[in-house]
Amino acid sequence: MQNLLKLHNIHTHIGQYHILQGIDFEAKEGEVSVLLGRNGAGKTTTLKTIMGLTPASNGSVHFFNQDITKKATYDIANLGIGYVPEDQGIFGQLTVEENLKVAIRKETPEVMEKLEYILELFPDLKKFWKKAGGNLSGGQKQMLAMARAFVNDSKLLLIDEPSKGLAPIVIEKVMEAIVEMKKQSTIVLVEQNFLMASNIGDTYTLIDDGRTVHRGAMSDLIQNEELKQKYLGIG
Amino acid sequence: MDLLISLVINGLATGMLIFLLAAGLTLIFGLMDVLNFAHGGLFVWGAYTGVFTYAYTESFLIGIVVAILTGILFGFIMEKLIITPVYGNHVQQILITLGFMLVLQEMIKVAFGPNAIPVSVPTYLAGSWEIGEVIVIKYRVFIIIVGFIIFGIFHYILTRTKIGLIVRAGVMNKEMVQALGINIKRVFLFVFMTGASLAALGGMLMAPYSGSIYAEMGMEFAILGFIVVVIGGMGSFSGSLLAAILVGLAGSFMAYYVPFLSLAVNMILMAIVLIFRPQGLFSMIRREST
Repeated sequence: MQNLLKLHNIHTHIGQYHILQGIDFEAKEGEVSVLLGRNGAGKTTTLKTIMGLTPASNGSVHFFNQDITKKATYDIANLGIGYVPEDQGIFGQLTVEENLKVAIRKETPEVMEKLEYILELFPDLKKFWKKAGGNLSGGQKQMLAMARAFVNDSKLLLIDEPSKGLAPIVIEKVMEAIVEMKKQSTIVLVEQNFLMASNIGDTYTLIDDGRTVHRGAMSDLIQNEELKQKYLGIG
Repeated sequence: MDLLISLVINGLATGMLIFLLAAGLTLIFGLMDVLNFAHGGLFVWGAYTGVFTYAYTESFLIGIVVAILTGILFGFIMEKLIITPVYGNHVQQILITLGFMLVLQEMIKVAFGPNAIPVSVPTYLAGSWEIGEVIVIKYRVFIIIVGFIIFGIFHYILTRTKIGLIVRAGVMNKEMVQALGINIKRVFLFVFMTGASLAALGGMLMAPYSGSIYAEMGMEFAILGFIVVVIGGMGSFSGSLLAAILVGLAGSFMAYYVPFLSLAVNMILMAIVLIFRPQGLFSMIRREST
């Protein structure tokens, strides 16, 4: 399978802090690639660096072999990368409909068809179509955030901690949605919940102190108690 | 009763003029996080270019159009040269926009002379109607109608169009708007130019209302604009309208009933709102930490 996204020796500074100190990462087309690591390891910053929100000070980010390291965030998004931030980034005073309208770049028949498909995938969004985004439950906000990133022709989805703060039953729904979305998009997932990550991830990249320390197939990590204990504190 | 109606009309007209200034300020602050202390300069430039065009062409309408175009042009130049280098730094924004405000003010004196210039109401808007015992001044009603029309147009744009949705979304979370593929800098420029044109329009409408224009009027009105933005809530267009009407009415009534408090009434209103609702009456800004 072709490499859709490739990060090479990424360094990112936020103010005076050197947050990412050598991230190497690849996401293959059609797979779910999971970024794992402890709190503060640099997973969220990695996603933000890919999106150009905290641009890399060194190293390169390639998407479909095109160097996007220095591109503006909106250009990166327009190349077909959807982003679901950790806090979901819902526009609280806009309705569900308006949140999706802001995201839709062009109301082509394909996009409108995809919107229909998304509303079948997330029926709650249809139910609360006219409700303000800020009044949705945590799970509904997560679904709206994912729908917004997915509604255009997004070849790649970056999803940051979708299970954070959600009840187990809702996490299950989110997982099912990600598995469904995987049929149409490649997914890069940041996830603290190892059970969820191991269930839907194809590959993993372990990050520690802003550096990539391990990469491989998720099935290998599931068997490797030592790695899980050392870098994730589980096992 | 006739006095009450006169005071209300007076207050509403003043409120509408302040609203035109505050509407741009609130959007510029809400969306762009820019404290623009030069906004009053756009107000006064709108007044002068509009009034001189009005005097030259004898058409009040052409004067209004020229004032709006002046606002758009100045807004474009200002955003590109003055604002862009200081995005994200409030201290620098205050210093540079205050400095630019003084430059705009002094440029007025250089271009149009230092003395106040009398302005008359166009004949078709001059005079008053007598309704029973109440005397209604036509020009004040005209200002109120224009204010509501402008509010209606912008309310429609903000709530019913894609660009309006983007502006409102940008006020709430700029980073996310960019991550959805929208060039926020272009939206910033659009909003800045729009805000500048509204301020310039306010200046032009103010001119016949106050009877004369002078270089310092921009600063005087800008302070009222900021008070309205604080009361209405940063980033809230509707909040600005309500707060401007509140300030206009309070000023009108206090000036009649408690004249010694009339200068302090706006500050008192602002203090009350800040104590009980520091985010303003209708704040739209809820910056999410990421």
